[in-house]
Amino acid sequence: MKPMSRHLSEAALVALLAGLLTVPILGIQIQVEGINVSLEGEPWPVVLAMIAVFVARLLQIPLKAVSGLIHITHRLSLPTHLPKAYVLLLLALVIIAAAIWPFTASRGSVDIATLALIYVMLGLGLNVVVGFAGLLDLGYVAFYAVGAYGYALLSMHFGLSFWECLPLCVIMAATTGCLLGFPVLRLRGDYLAIVTLGFGEIIRLLLNNLDELTGGPDGIGNIPKPTLFGLEFARRPSIEDGTTFHEFFGLDYSGADTVIFLYLVALVMTLFILYVINRLIRMPVGRAWEALREDEIACRSLGLNPTTIKLSAFGFGASTAGFAGAFFAARQGFINPESFTFIESAIVLAIVVLGGMGSQIGVILAAIALTALPEIARQFAEYRMLIFGLVLVLMMIWRPQGLLPVTRPRLELPVRGEETS
Amino acid sequence: MLEFSQQIINGLTLGSIYALIAIGYTMVYGIIGMINFAHGEIYMVSAYIGLLTVTALTVQFGVETVPLILLFTLVVSIAITSAYGWTIERVAYRPLRGKPRLIPLISAIGMSIFLQNYVQIGQGARDLSMQPLISGGWRFGPEDGFQVYLSYMQVLIAVVTVGFMTALTLFIARSRLGRACRACSQDLTMTNLLGIDTNRVISLTFVLGAALAAVAGVLISLYIGKINPFIGFEAGIKAFTAAVLGGIGSIPGAMLGGVILGLSESFASAYLLTEYKDVVAFSLLVLVLLFRPTGLLGTPEIEKV
Repeated sequence: MKPMSRHLSEAALVALLAGLLTVPILGIQIQVEGINVSLEGEPWPVVLAMIAVFVARLLQIPLKAVSGLIHITHRLSLPTHLPKAYVLLLLALVIIAAAIWPFTASRGSVDIATLALIYVMLGLGLNVVVGFAGLLDLGYVAFYAVGAYGYALLSMHFGLSFWECLPLCVIMAATTGCLLGFPVLRLRGDYLAIVTLGFGEIIRLLLNNLDELTGGPDGIGNIPKPTLFGLEFARRPSIEDGTTFHEFFGLDYSGADTVIFLYLVALVMTLFILYVINRLIRMPVGRAWEALREDEIACRSLGLNPTTIKLSAFGFGASTAGFAGAFFAARQGFINPESFTFIESAIVLAIVVLGGMGSQIGVILAAIALTALPEIARQFAEYRMLIFGLVLVLMMIWRPQGLLPVTRPRLELPVRGEETS
Repeated sequence: MLEFSQQIINGLTLGSIYALIAIGYTMVYGIIGMINFAHGEIYMVSAYIGLLTVTALTVQFGVETVPLILLFTLVVSIAITSAYGWTIERVAYRPLRGKPRLIPLISAIGMSIFLQNYVQIGQGARDLSMQPLISGGWRFGPEDGFQVYLSYMQVLIAVVTVGFMTALTLFIARSRLGRACRACSQDLTMTNLLGIDTNRVISLTFVLGAALAAVAGVLISLYIGKINPFIGFEAGIKAFTAAVLGGIGSIPGAMLGGVILGLSESFASAYLLTEYKDVVAFSLLVLVLLFRPTGLLGTPEIEKV
């Protein structure tokens, strides 16, 4: 153990370094007025940063002392073998609660919940790619954009409805995913990450520049909302002799109906994705995803074709993003390339990482938390992305397995010499 | 022909900047095999420090000697930016040494988002522009036709870049620490066993990379005269493309890759459409990784069981 004075002087040094680093960025501001440039000093942010770093450095000592305790919480993770009936009952209760909730909640919170469900879908899709198959995809938003623009363009040019477009969008996104994945998936992990990032940027630049097709930076507006078996959610039908929802059921028109309906559609779509994924990971292909992540060479020697397996995971992830993208376009009614920047991919990745790669409950909770928290803490909106970046770094240092990691049944060979009799 | 040589001049200027940033990527990758995703943001931070120092000298203290301003700005920017490079490695990457590859990469992405927003909060998200410090240049060609323009700033960029590259090459080839760097990139564990403090060498690589990015940042803020907190992301990806193009892990490769990328971008914006110059750069990245992942001057990496 180092003496306290040593710790104090170390912390002071670190605080000095923090001061040096923050002075030019936080401490002095460049003011531009016309052609006059001047500098303005602002000491408080620097002082605050120095104090924060000083305290954080000193806190490291007690934190290290309790790291033994933290180690115990590491083992805290989801139980894998609950009785099946129990799980089903719990699931049914959650679904019923989620379906009834919007009728009691305010319109604003239902709207946010719908957005959260979109992120849940994206998170679940990326979880298959990153969590199960272990392929880092930094351009996930590209497939989301394919789905969104696919629906917007199909409905604009061919007048197809949301439900007709949905499978088409999924097919389009999956095709894009496979076309990109086929040549790219031979690459090693981090190269793959950068190529997908480059691909995501190419898609965004194309959306921005192909003015005739995509409307360029102005985007596409007036995208129709989904209908309930042909019943529109509007005050008046948009086509002649059409019926709207409230006319058909003889209700008064209410704008809240649309919001609730969209939420329920998102809920059904999310449950559908969840169901499909849970079937897939119990099938040979799902087992192969996980096996490939653990050891590619072992997989190959067992006769599995890594390219096909990776491609199936990548294509499935892409189709989920397309699915969510089509819904996103329908919900917003307006899309432009601004919604499909790298930061969006990073948010979805953060959802997967925070939730615990491969853990579906973790991903769902992380998606809800990441969409709901910024809404609750609106006064910190400016610092949202700052904290977000910091959380990614800290999570990697302290808990790279995520908040709710999955435990898998495992067997290890006993180490020679320690065999239990 | 004249327009062609103009594009070559522009391309070489841009390429020098990319090459300076690319060296940071390639050195870090060569030694610890990780993509330092936050390197582009380091360059962005250095551009801000450069702009700040120039403004402080000219406006606040009324210095008018241009070489003095340049020298002082470079020194200040390199010093503080290197401190950033060192700190980032210490805080965000060193605790993750030896973890699976994706973990430091995600940490680097987090760091990159953090730095971008940190500068945005400190200096605002808008464009900052400044008066050119060095203006003017030479014109070649007919009086009434297309004239090739070579500005003093472009010459300065070329000279400074070549100067720093030579210094780096000599440092790596001749000095003790340079030898330690080369040893680390061959075999980190073995170098450690031979009694070299590899943590120090790794820190040094981050400092050197950040210093060169600082040079690039200062030069770009003087050349273009307009910066914002988002320039780091794009420049970072492009410099990474340059590093991959030349063969990641190879320093001459990064220089070559930077120049090739600069030239191809400059030709793309002249002969194709300006809007597609970024698409050209990213497509180049995808194509190189697909057909020659080891790059032009790189050596293939053998994965052992």
